[in-house]
Amino acid sequence: MERKTYDLWVGIFVIVGFLALLFLALQVGGFSEERSTKTYSVEARFENIGGLKMKAPVKSNGVLVGRVDDIHFDNKKFQAVVTLALDTRYQFPKDTTASILTSGLLGEVFIGVDAGGDEKNLVQGDNIKITQSAVVLERLISQFMFTKASEGTDKK
Amino acid sequence: MPDTNSITPLVEIDKVDFSYGKRAILKGISLSVPQGKVVAIMGGSGCGKTTLLRLIGGQLIASSGVVRVGGQDVGKLDRDGLYDMRRKMGMLFQFGALFTDMTVFENIAFQLREHTDLPEEMIRDLVLMKLNAVGLRGTAKLFPSELSGGMARRVALARAVALDPMLIMYDEPFAGLDPISLAVVGQTIRKLNDALGGTSIVVTHDVMESLQIVDYLYFISDGRIVGQGTPDEIRASTEPYVRQFVHSEMDGPVPFHYPAAAYADELGLTPLKSSDC
Amino acid sequence: MQKILNIIRGLGFRTIETLWRFGAMVRFSGLILLHSGMSFRRISLTIREIYFSGVMSLVIIMVSGMFVGMVLSLQGYDTLQKYGAQEQMGVLTALSLVRELGPVVTGLLFASRAGSAITAGIGLMKATEQLKAMDMMAVDPIARVVAPRFWAGVVSMPFLAALFSVCGILGGYLVAVLLTGIDSGVFWGNMQSAVDVRYDILNGVIKSFIFGIAISIIATFEGFDAEPTAEGVSAATTRTVVTAALSVLALDLMLTAFMLRTSS
Repeated sequence: MERKTYDLWVGIFVIVGFLALLFLALQVGGFSEERSTKTYSVEARFENIGGLKMKAPVKSNGVLVGRVDDIHFDNKKFQAVVTLALDTRYQFPKDTTASILTSGLLGEVFIGVDAGGDEKNLVQGDNIKITQSAVVLERLISQFMFTKASEGTDKK
Repeated sequence: MPDTNSITPLVEIDKVDFSYGKRAILKGISLSVPQGKVVAIMGGSGCGKTTLLRLIGGQLIASSGVVRVGGQDVGKLDRDGLYDMRRKMGMLFQFGALFTDMTVFENIAFQLREHTDLPEEMIRDLVLMKLNAVGLRGTAKLFPSELSGGMARRVALARAVALDPMLIMYDEPFAGLDPISLAVVGQTIRKLNDALGGTSIVVTHDVMESLQIVDYLYFISDGRIVGQGTPDEIRASTEPYVRQFVHSEMDGPVPFHYPAAAYADELGLTPLKSSDC
Repeated sequence: MQKILNIIRGLGFRTIETLWRFGAMVRFSGLILLHSGMSFRRISLTIREIYFSGVMSLVIIMVSGMFVGMVLSLQGYDTLQKYGAQEQMGVLTALSLVRELGPVVTGLLFASRAGSAITAGIGLMKATEQLKAMDMMAVDPIARVVAPRFWAGVVSMPFLAALFSVCGILGGYLVAVLLTGIDSGVFWGNMQSAVDVRYDILNGVIKSFIFGIAISIIATFEGFDAEPTAEGVSAATTRTVVTAALSVLALDLMLTAFMLRTSS
């Protein structure tokens, strides 16, 4: 009789354990999907990338469409070169713009992509021509101070 | 040497030495146990009797000399060979060593279940037969913790003979038993040996009981054999050690006092000088 | 001067002793793996041990999990609401539990309850010569007694850690939604976007699995190696709890550093 009791309780234990793992997987955690999707690479050049990091999201209209695959420095043209890995499900016109934005005030830095109107689409290895660099707070402040200062001298 | 009916004795110990670290426990012991006989190995506490059993069972390896069981050198066996040999041996440990998480029935059925493919009904019959032989068939469903010392010892005896081994070893089977249990265990050892046609080695210091049931005795003191013979020879022996043992004398070759400084000196008394009287 | 020399000598002795024990433990685990066949062929042996290690620990694990989860939420609320971020309570609770507290606290509790019981059980069998008797009956004690207990510990730990985390999150849910009035949908939604199954939950499971291996090796080794006396078994039990607890924490540090580095 003891044998049957052990088997029963251990069976219950294992089932409850698996249910717990299932609960964690489904209800508690979210699946990040990008690993399994196919992507195509597109380059974009910026004057300043601000706090952009590797694997930062690329969003269009707020929706995730890709990830930052590579960031490096072009020593000849002195520009930041960012490689975007875009989901093959989404096609963008050749005159699409890329901007470096911040989510919220102090949130994570991501690349916002705005579609243009060209008939032809971006393909693997293409370059995004129009880009907007990150807003660097210090430069904004010094610009503001400079503007204020010149206003003051203008009035005189 | 005892007279041997068979050509080779079942157990042969040939000039065996054994040391535990630096302490020499057995020094050049030679003895033999013929098939079908009950042999007692006696001696004071700590003289190496249990060590001998361990050597025969292969739990220890001799520093020098040969231990042979059934013609095989025990010290040279590999693990599989050793386990094969142990299946033909039964051992009764000093305090029983019953498995505390199993019932009496399961304890005795243990070896049958592990080493044979016998069906459960047959195992049940065999277990009950063994228990009956020691008079404890009614305790089958109890746990070892519910048994008295004497009963536990008898259950352990039944367990030792579960596979009808050819060699049964008993480590102090009489220690701490009341006179009735003592008689029961003694008679059971003898009867089982004769019924199974097996060979038994009994390690003990109970002289009276041993003289009644065994065919031959060996006396060990300080790692050496100091006496041997049949029960009649032992009773009549004039060997000092054997005499001290058999007649329960307090002092003799085995001294009463543990080595210490002179008594008067320890008490701080100085001996009287002849000029003081 | 003599005292300082004695202290150094003592430290040296302790270090060598620890190294020796560690080496012996590695060899012992090799033996266990070699003799593990019986644990799976006669699965009822292992199932019995899973009952004693895993099932019997359920109550303490689930209750502790719930308490820890509730405390996390309460503390989280207290701090987060200063920044208006109290809706992240679920995220705080879930990540803390799944990544760290689940595996680690479960490991510590398991070492204390089941680990010490395993050590005491094996040690007692050694002290009463049951292991020797089994050996003399041509049944290998490591295969029959030690290995099933080892595998039971390894199997039980991940399940117990998962249950701890789940009870903690449920406790956190009770505090967040019922006590402080956070919206249920927001609670789960925020949590799901912050907790990644692959990195957070899987890493937690891997951690608890490794902790299970460590605790089981230590518990079975100490029991098998104990001095066959009452004091010996008691000392071995204490050593199990202390060594297993320290090992869990040290392994946690190594695993966390490794996991955080490879995920970014």
